[in-house]
Amino acid sequence: MNTVTEYLGRNARQYGIVGALLLIVLLFQWMTGGRLLLPDNIISLIQQNAYVMILAIGMVMVIVAGHIDLSVGSLVAFIGGAAAIMMADWGWGWPAAILVSLVLGLLIGAWQGFWVAYLGIPAFIVTLAGMLIFRGLAIVIVGETKAGLPQEFIAIAGGELPSVLGFAGALDALTLLIGVLGMAGFVFSQWRARRGLIKHDLAVEPMGIFLAKNVVVVVLIGILTYWIALRATPIVLLVVGGLVLLFTFVLSRTVFGRHIYAVGGNRHAAELSGVRTRLTDFMIFVNMGLLSAVAAIVTTSRAGAGVAAAGQLYELDAIAACFIGGCAVRGGVGRISGAMIGALIMGVLNMGLSILAVDAAWQQTIKGLVLLLAVALDIVSKRRGAYA
Amino acid sequence: MTEVSGDLVLEMLGITKEFPGVKALQDVNLQVRRGEIHAICGENGAGKSTLMKVLSGVYPHGSYSGEIRLNGEAVEFRGIRDSEARGIVIIHQELALIPQVSIAENIFLGNEKAGAGVLDWNATHRAAADLLARVGLKENPGTTPSELGVGKQQLVEIAKALSKKVDVLILDEPTAALNDDDSEHLLQLLREFRDQGMTCIIISHKLGEITSVADRVTVIRDGRTIETLDLHGAEPVTEDRIIRGMVGRSLENRFPSRNATIGQEVLRIEDWTVHHPVDTERVVVDHANLNVRAGEIVGLAGLMGAGRTELAMSLFGRSWGTNISGRVYKHGKEIQLRNVPEAIRHGLAYTTEDRKSLGLNLIQTIRENISSSALGKLMDWMGVIRGEEEMTVAERYRRDFGIKAPTVESVVGKLSGGNQQKVVLSKWVFSDPDVLILDEPTRGIDVGAKYEIYSLVNALAEAGKAVIVISSELPELIGVCDRVYAVSQGRITGEVPRERATQEELMRYMTMEKTR
Repeated sequence: MNTVTEYLGRNARQYGIVGALLLIVLLFQWMTGGRLLLPDNIISLIQQNAYVMILAIGMVMVIVAGHIDLSVGSLVAFIGGAAAIMMADWGWGWPAAILVSLVLGLLIGAWQGFWVAYLGIPAFIVTLAGMLIFRGLAIVIVGETKAGLPQEFIAIAGGELPSVLGFAGALDALTLLIGVLGMAGFVFSQWRARRGLIKHDLAVEPMGIFLAKNVVVVVLIGILTYWIALRATPIVLLVVGGLVLLFTFVLSRTVFGRHIYAVGGNRHAAELSGVRTRLTDFMIFVNMGLLSAVAAIVTTSRAGAGVAAAGQLYELDAIAACFIGGCAVRGGVGRISGAMIGALIMGVLNMGLSILAVDAAWQQTIKGLVLLLAVALDIVSKRRGAYA
Repeated sequence: MTEVSGDLVLEMLGITKEFPGVKALQDVNLQVRRGEIHAICGENGAGKSTLMKVLSGVYPHGSYSGEIRLNGEAVEFRGIRDSEARGIVIIHQELALIPQVSIAENIFLGNEKAGAGVLDWNATHRAAADLLARVGLKENPGTTPSELGVGKQQLVEIAKALSKKVDVLILDEPTAALNDDDSEHLLQLLREFRDQGMTCIIISHKLGEITSVADRVTVIRDGRTIETLDLHGAEPVTEDRIIRGMVGRSLENRFPSRNATIGQEVLRIEDWTVHHPVDTERVVVDHANLNVRAGEIVGLAGLMGAGRTELAMSLFGRSWGTNISGRVYKHGKEIQLRNVPEAIRHGLAYTTEDRKSLGLNLIQTIRENISSSALGKLMDWMGVIRGEEEMTVAERYRRDFGIKAPTVESVVGKLSGGNQQKVVLSKWVFSDPDVLILDEPTRGIDVGAKYEIYSLVNALAEAGKAVIVISSELPELIGVCDRVYAVSQGRITGEVPRERATQEELMRYMTMEKTR
């Protein structure tokens, strides 16, 4: 048992944030008299917060590399507006509009990446400029709103997968299948990682913790699956889930991902190790542009129209999710899983406070305090455990 | 030679200063007469700077043992403010001016001419102009240091020192970054100050300068006072005489034995010239020629600022300097090394002297650091790292190089200096280079770990690698290298084979100054 507490102590940060999320969920569940975790609310929690999660994925990479991106909210409005124009004014089909929007995101990302990486202008300045430029351009091309989008496009954010597998009692069979696959995937990946560590005589978490972790996650996925299966799987959940898996892999297993951590941890050492630091910086912003385009598609689909004022403060939501999720302000440290939990914490706060009919002004105040507290706890705990 | 006559302004008696694990100063004595220029000489790391930090209160009273007497009275400084209040002012080697702020403001920084917190600009400029005239700098007090060359900046530093009440002025390597004219001007200024009755202590590696300007010299070696020589005494004090004091130490059995089998030439540099990245007029490496063969360990000896690191880094994919010219040949064929990836591709590796800020990612693990310079060897066609193999590789180096850490997943920042250095070596050996340039490979490492590092370097040479070792410790170079190049002021001033390599011989080349 001693080793268990020791292990928990060493990994307090990781478990702490998961604990914080659970605590907040339970708190609101109690305060709202059980209304927080209604199936409808779970689904709208996912649909409402998809944009933060998508943006936070890219933002983790930006922040780990030691940069920041303030322009993503404006990019969402501009690219979303452009997509709406393509479909409503030019009569393009939705697949073409999505494809061109993604390319547009890549190009804007390349534009910003160029200034940051090759001219050495601080990302704060470049993306502050981008925030103004693309907000302005969004208003220029959209005016105020551009409605008249095809139903298929609107279904991306609001729609659910059809029940092609029929029902098991009252439950959607496709959702159940996805849930079971999710559980199996999680357990398998955990088991594989543990086996790899043991093979190389590396420290593994105590068996008790390992089992407990797996059981808890499986149960959580199970409950979630049950609630969602009472309706059906939202399409956007698949989008977010796919992106999370893909980019977790990119960050942890690819050379590009390793280079991001190397650049953020010690830029000079990375350079002297032969890492093309400028190319790495450039690609990070290209990637952020691409993910901004995905977020733009989701946001525009959810609004049912291109809106020039869309995406206000999205950049701050994404940045807050990253820092609550354990990204280091100085760069070099951060994980996508953490940022996702950070996004969920913000999302649950939003939803819980809304259900409780708390005034929007107070909601902002509370979220601000939570952000400050999370980062303060992180920094204080690190100072205590700092290296000699 | 400890008997001292005359009017002593400053005495440091029996100063001993310890850092964890190291005795930096041991029973050091320094006696400075009023109105003299007193030079302090010693090798890099002999303890000169530590001694001056004790004197100026950077290391406060109580953190060392021994006594400091000023005008015969014992003093206890708790910080720089205390020592400055008593008229001891130090000018550090690195200039500490704020580049964007006018020289007038720089001169009075922290000591502003102000009433009730409001700056008095007239008084500031008037006083600054007076001080600038005293140091012979004809510049408007409103100009900023960024518009001035290093020589003039150094004069601003002196003006800043003079703005305080100075009895004893300490200059740490004041001419290290200056050209000959600027150096001469500065030395002339010191002579004038002496004639006005000020006492100066100068730390310098340039022995020619010392013999021309100093009245007496105290030699420090390995944290102990060796001797104090009087340049106006009966026997003449030559540069050789000073060198003998600086290096006179015996070589113990601190180096593993080695059987060199030296093969073909691997790398040759011709006419390698590098300019300073900011002060682009300044030549930092001056038409250097050198070569290294397979299985050979070649040393680069030189004093601080001689240009050894700059030579190595400029060679390693132009990581330092501008206006780089010259030719590099590998196995007799000319090659281009325009950036670090290209240098690595051509089989070069460079381990930096500054392992914490340039060599390692301290927040990552041993495994991630070791693989970082050669990830290409561990990835598949899609850029995915083969995790199993990476782990195996890291594990192998941890075992073979004796890196003392629980696992390869340990964070590098938590390891000791010696183990960090082994991680750096692992990282570069894994990139499988033909030429390894090791810059101060044993800096900040305890004696036992040094021996291990030497053994690893030997093993690399025996495996047929060409190795270049840069070191400030002459015994290390003599103990490890087959051949040593001496560098002085950016030029290679001598090439000494192992048989002839003595500290005196090397020091003679290392202090050789440019003939004008």
